[in-house]
Amino acid sequence: MSHLIEVNNVTHRYDHHKVLDDVSFTITEGDFVGLVGPNGSGKTTIIKLMLGLEKVQKGSITAFDKPIEKFHNKGHISFVSQKANSFSRDFPATAKEVVSMGLTTKASIWRPTTKKYEYLIFEALDRVNMLEYANHNIGDLSGGQQQRIFIARAIVNNPKLLILDEPTVGVDTENVEQFYQLLSQLNEQLGITLILVSHDIGTITTHVNDLLCLNKSVHYHGNPNDFEGMSDEQRSKIYGHAMNTITHHH
Amino acid sequence: MLDALLNFEILRNTFYTGLIVGLLAPLLGTFIVVRRLSLISDGLSHVTLAGISFGLLMQKKYTLLMFTPFHTGIFFSVLGAIVIENLRHVYKSFQEIAIPITLSVGVGLSVVFIAMADGINTDIYAYLFGSVAAVSQSDLYVVLFTAIFVLIVITLLYKELFALSFDEEFATVSGIHAKIIHYLFIIMTALVIAASIRIVGVLLVSALMTLPVATAMRLAKSFKQTLIFSIIYGEVAVIIGLITGYYFEIPPGGTIVITAAILLGLTLLIKKWYLAYIYRG
Repeated sequence: MSHLIEVNNVTHRYDHHKVLDDVSFTITEGDFVGLVGPNGSGKTTIIKLMLGLEKVQKGSITAFDKPIEKFHNKGHISFVSQKANSFSRDFPATAKEVVSMGLTTKASIWRPTTKKYEYLIFEALDRVNMLEYANHNIGDLSGGQQQRIFIARAIVNNPKLLILDEPTVGVDTENVEQFYQLLSQLNEQLGITLILVSHDIGTITTHVNDLLCLNKSVHYHGNPNDFEGMSDEQRSKIYGHAMNTITHHH
Repeated sequence: MLDALLNFEILRNTFYTGLIVGLLAPLLGTFIVVRRLSLISDGLSHVTLAGISFGLLMQKKYTLLMFTPFHTGIFFSVLGAIVIENLRHVYKSFQEIAIPITLSVGVGLSVVFIAMADGINTDIYAYLFGSVAAVSQSDLYVVLFTAIFVLIVITLLYKELFALSFDEEFATVSGIHAKIIHYLFIIMTALVIAASIRIVGVLLVSALMTLPVATAMRLAKSFKQTLIFSIIYGEVAVIIGLITGYYFEIPPGGTIVITAAILLGLTLLIKKWYLAYIYRG
């Protein structure tokens, strides 16, 4: 199994405020990683660094065996952002058009024919069970449906690694379980490596097979079952935060 | 106007320019409106006015005839576009502040240039509200060249522009060079605004970029449809506006914008009646 991402001794500051302190971890091909930590723990920062949206200040990040500065993303890494839910609802675009945005990396003057494009788009919509909504306006769909469309957009280009930043924000609780099932399918059937970012450690541990607790530095990285088996006190210590404020009580 | 069209070259030039502008302004306008940057065209049009005034000043006061107001207008507009795009990066969380800054500097410069050349008030009137008899053969060629450039860029970069308008972060992660495309887009906008000013005038050019789009958005189901409907509404407004403007001797900027506004009003009303009918039925 090869390493898709290697983060080595990364320290990051905003002005004088340290948000990441000597963070190191690796993401192995085929994993379903849960990246958890309380608000302000540096989760979004480490994601931005891995996506090349911010420059590494100290330490190094390797993506697909290349230093992140030299890595040109041609569809290997895809992304579903937290902000995907805050787009303008009046934006005049169909679900199909939104998914088509995921194919821009393939675009050059030598584009694939429209038919090939259409096939890929419908295939992605089918994967997320949204085929019948292809021609619906994106603003008319429910939060959960929109999130599925954004997943389709992220997988249409056949990525190796998919990073999801708090994707269940704005999705109602009944749909969250279905949403996790969909992610497991992507991981098991398509072999897409997943990094799921969440502040909600309660639900995430039952779905992922690799757990990474981040709070400025890495507090735990390993099997989620071992983590579950620990006492609350130990877990709180690792998590660096009082557990009961973030676990879910259903 | 149609028979006059056949006889007077200058009217023919105006009509052709009108048709081109009726296509380009709503086409770029759609991307501008969905990015919530509608006011950018106002900023740029006032910078273009500064360029036009500068050209008029050079011609009248210093008899420097190579500075035609049309060309200096284009030059200032493109310069203004680059300034706006840079300011947007300086004030990341207050991107719209770039627009009033350039708008006011544009007006300020215009006032200074007009005052320095005290005899250009009658000419400036045509630039403020448009004119049916202002387009020379060489102006038409410049507009045609702009159109070809814009259409090629939009065809090649349609997906990139669309993705950037919807979700800039995702587009950037996908490997789209956001910065280069933003610059290219705003420069195209500047060129189209400078070209449109001959027909609709400085004060109304932004209306031609936004009104047809606002109308189309009420009807269209997809982004592509929005583009197509915007262009249809834009062309209808330009054709009706130019003909009525010519017959009633009104600057076409006024008649074009009023036509576009009537089309918007009618579309909103018809849609409302239609929806009421559906719900009742």
